[in-house]
Amino acid sequence: MKDVLDDIERWRNEGRRVALATVIDVRGSGPRGPGATMAVSEDGEVAGSVSGGCVEGAVVTEALEVLAAGSPRMCTFGYSDDEAFAVGLTCGGTISLFVEPLNW
Amino acid sequence: MYEVLRDCLRRNEPVVLATVVDTAAATGLGAKLLVRRGGQSIGSLGHPGLDGVVGRDALGNLASGQISLRHYGPEGEIGQDAVTVFVESFSPPPQMIILGAVDFSAALASLAKMLGYRVVVCDARAVFATAQRFPDADEVVVDWPDRYLSRVAAELGARDAVCVLTHDTKFDVPAIVTALATEVGYIGAMGSRQTTERRNVRLREAGVTGDQLARVRAPIGLHIGARSPEETAVSICAEIISCQTGTDVVIPLSEGSGPIHHHGRAS
Repeated sequence: MKDVLDDIERWRNEGRRVALATVIDVRGSGPRGPGATMAVSEDGEVAGSVSGGCVEGAVVTEALEVLAAGSPRMCTFGYSDDEAFAVGLTCGGTISLFVEPLNW
Repeated sequence: MYEVLRDCLRRNEPVVLATVVDTAAATGLGAKLLVRRGGQSIGSLGHPGLDGVVGRDALGNLASGQISLRHYGPEGEIGQDAVTVFVESFSPPPQMIILGAVDFSAALASLAKMLGYRVVVCDARAVFATAQRFPDADEVVVDWPDRYLSRVAAELGARDAVCVLTHDTKFDVPAIVTALATEVGYIGAMGSRQTTERRNVRLREAGVTGDQLARVRAPIGLHIGARSPEETAVSICAEIISCQTGTDVVIPLSEGSGPIHHHGRAS
């Protein structure tokens, strides 16, 4: 969280809305533990990370949707044979994120 | 609430943020409670009973620096799972105290900063212990290492590290004796095998027991063939990480099996 404070400050000073995505659970292998945070501005600028780069693209999409809808959501990314082409961690783990507008 | 959280983080003040991340109710997703040291709180998770129980659990998390998902009933009942709360404790950064203002200390200070430590360099010699020589250190202290350590002894805990790089027995022995009296998680001391032998004899003369001596990593660092100050800093930090994660046997990942990632620590 601490590593994204400066970017959030800048975006908010420029009047841009911000969404936060936070890792809340990791099962199996995953590079970043619970508490890893990524901030996304309403125009898609990114600070911080929540994995080794595997799911960040999909998290930006989720974050922008959350900003548009104005309500938070939980989302889970994982790997299974059924969804070999879906977004997931190449290391085989599953991560759950809480994605929310920074309106608190 | 965000502004209060931000200011606590900037001041390195411990704080816990609890968020409802899953709930059976139609509303309340994303509700937050911020709990500060001492127990004052801001916000609400939706029910005073839930706030009370989570507030109490949050303070427990704060002490241990943990991050966890917890389940409660809608009014904070234990053993139910209608509400899932993500409890994130933000602890102040761990400290690394480097004793001895040598070239190795400057490289170690830089790497430790990168790893998120608050770094203090201490040496009794004012000509060497200067902020100019250690631009990455948060604090450069001119004092006898053992006297400085006893001054900060109560602050040191399992996440902190003391690295003794002076390799001069008259500084090292009292500093190590003082470090051993603290709860610090890692104590390492630099020096050749010969220096280490000699220092161990002096430490035993100073009343240090075999069990206590086993707490001191000497010669400091992992055996990766490091020579330069920067390489040595990598060797020392790698040893500290392996101690903190409880990785007793250090081997190349390519020669092992089993899980790679540890999630036991707060990130």
